[in-house]
Amino acid sequence: MIQIEYLLIVSAVMMFAGVFGFLTRRSTLAILLSVELMLNATDLNFAVFNRMLYPDGYEGYFFALFSIAISAAESAIAIAIMINIYRMIKNIQVDELEKMKW
Amino acid sequence: MDYSQFLYMHEELSLLAVILILFIADLFMCPDKKSGKGVYNTCLPVVLLTVHTALNLLPCCSAESCEAFGGMYLYTPMMTVMKSVLNVGTLIVCLMAHKWLSREENLVKQGEFYMLVLFTLLGMYFMISSGHFLMFFIGLELASVPMTALVAFDKRRMESAEAGAKFILLALFSSALLLYGISLIYGATGTLYFDEIGALLDGSLLSIFGLVLFITGMGFKISLVPFHLWTADTYEGAPTVVTGFLSVISKGSAAFVLLTVLMKAFAQSDLFYSWNTGMYWIIVASITVANLFAIRQNNLKRFMAFSAISQAGYLVLAIMDGTAQGMTSLVFYLLVYMVSNLGAFAVMTSVEENSGKINISDYDGLYQSNPKLAFLMTLCLFSLAGIPPFAGFFSKFFVFMAAFNAGYPLLVFIALANTVISLYYYLLIVKAMYIKPNESPIATFKSDGYTRLALALSLLGVIVFGLGGVFYTYIEQFSYGL
Repeated sequence: MIQIEYLLIVSAVMMFAGVFGFLTRRSTLAILLSVELMLNATDLNFAVFNRMLYPDGYEGYFFALFSIAISAAESAIAIAIMINIYRMIKNIQVDELEKMKW
Repeated sequence: MDYSQFLYMHEELSLLAVILILFIADLFMCPDKKSGKGVYNTCLPVVLLTVHTALNLLPCCSAESCEAFGGMYLYTPMMTVMKSVLNVGTLIVCLMAHKWLSREENLVKQGEFYMLVLFTLLGMYFMISSGHFLMFFIGLELASVPMTALVAFDKRRMESAEAGAKFILLALFSSALLLYGISLIYGATGTLYFDEIGALLDGSLLSIFGLVLFITGMGFKISLVPFHLWTADTYEGAPTVVTGFLSVISKGSAAFVLLTVLMKAFAQSDLFYSWNTGMYWIIVASITVANLFAIRQNNLKRFMAFSAISQAGYLVLAIMDGTAQGMTSLVFYLLVYMVSNLGAFAVMTSVEENSGKINISDYDGLYQSNPKLAFLMTLCLFSLAGIPPFAGFFSKFFVFMAAFNAGYPLLVFIALANTVISLYYYLLIVKAMYIKPNESPIATFKSDGYTRLALALSLLGVIVFGLGGVFYTYIEQFSYGL
C-alpha cells in the first residue's frame, strides 16, 4: 500500500510546477497548460484525501469531478479569447499583450 | 425527495425564469437584417429585472433562515437583502448599457449581453447562498466564466481581448490556488460543510495553509492589494459598462461571501487570529497603495480601477470585526458604494458614447457644455470620497465604527488618513470639470432616457441613503454574527 505522503508529494510537485510554469512561460497556451496542471494537482489532492483519510464518504471525489468539468469550461473560454487575439495580431505571446501598462 | 425545498430558492428560480424568457425573446425577436434596427430592446430586460427585484424585495421581512438540499443551500434574510442590493445594481447597469448596445456592432449582441450579465448574477446568488464549498465553488465559477466573456465583449477591439485574456488567466490561477486551499481544508477536517468545518478545524499548520490559500484566491476576486495586478488592465480594456459591473457587483458579492465563510468556517480562535492579522496588512496595503497609484492616472477607467481597489480595502475593513455589526456595515457600505460608483460610471458611459472620450484631461471644462452631467459626477465623486451630506460619509462612518469596536484604532486611523488622500484625487476630476479652462470642451449632448433613469436612480441613492440610519437599521435587523 502506497503511503499518503508520497501521493501528496506528487500533487504538491505538480501544483508548484504549474505555478512555476505560469510565472515563466511566454506563450499564453503554455500558461494555460500550467494552470491545468495546477487544477489537476488539486483534483489529485481531493481524491487522495478521500481515499486515504475519509473512505466513508464521496465528497472529495465529487468535488474533483465538478472541478474537472468547470476547469474544462474555463479553458474553453480562455482558448476562445486566445483565438480571437490570434485573429487580430497573428500572435499569442504574452509579450504582445502590452497595449495597456501602468 | 421533498420538492418543497425548491421554494426556498425562489430568488434563483425567478432569475432563471427571467433568463429563459429573455433567451426565447432573443431567439424570435433578433434584429432585422435589412434595416439593421433592433426590434428587441432594452425595455424587456429592464422590465423583467424590475419585476424580479420587486418580487424578491417584499417577502424578505417575514422569512426565517432555513436550509435546503441537506445544507448545501442556505436561506437567511440577510442573504435576501444582499441579493436585492445586487439586483438593483444590475438593473442600473442594464439601464446604462442601452446607448452602448445600440451601437451598430453591438446591435446583434444585445441578447448575449443580458444573458451573460444575468448568468453572472445567478452565479453570485448561488455563491452567496452556499453552505458547502462545492456549491460555493460552482457559484464562483458560474459568476466568473460569463464575466470573462463580458470583458472580451468588444470582439474587434484589441484592448478588450487583451483585458479578457489577462482576466481569464488570473481567474484560472486564483481558482487553482483557492481549490488547493479547499482541498487542504478537506484533508484537515474530512468535510466541506462550512458549519462542520467550523467545529472541526483545530488551528493546525495544514488548516492555516489552507486558509491562506483560500484568502489568496478570494483576494484575487475582490482585487485586494498583493493580488490586484490584473485589475487596472482589465478595467481599462473592458467596455465601460462592464467595468462598472465588474467594479461593484462582482467585487461586492465576493466580499460578502468572504465574510460569511470566514465567520462560519474559520471562527476557531487560533485561525481567527491568523486571518485577522493577515487581513490587517492586506487592508492597509490595499487602501494605501491603490490611493498612491490612483493619483498618477490619466485614463478615467484606470483611475476608477485604483479607486475601486482602495474602496475594496474599506469594504473588507468591515470583515475585521466578525460580528453582526461588521456584516451590517459591509452590506450598507456596498449599497452606498454601488450607487455612487455606478452613478459615476453612468456619466462616463454617457460621455464616452456621445464623444468617444475617456481621459481625465478630456473632461476639462465639462461644466461649460454639460453642467448637469458634471454636477451629477461631482455628487457621486463626493459620495465616493465620503463628504458629509452624501451617503458615502455614513457608510464609511459605520465601517470605521465596526473596526474601531473590534479594537483596531490604528487601522481606522490609517484608513482615515487615506480618505483625505482619496479626497484629493477625486477632487482632481471635479477641478478638471469646473475650473480648468478649455477652448474646446466636449460638445453639449442629450443623454437618452435609459441613461437618465440610471443617473436618477444613482442620484436618488446617493442622496436618500445619506439621510440617516433608516436603511442601516433596516439591514441591521437581519444580520447575524459569529
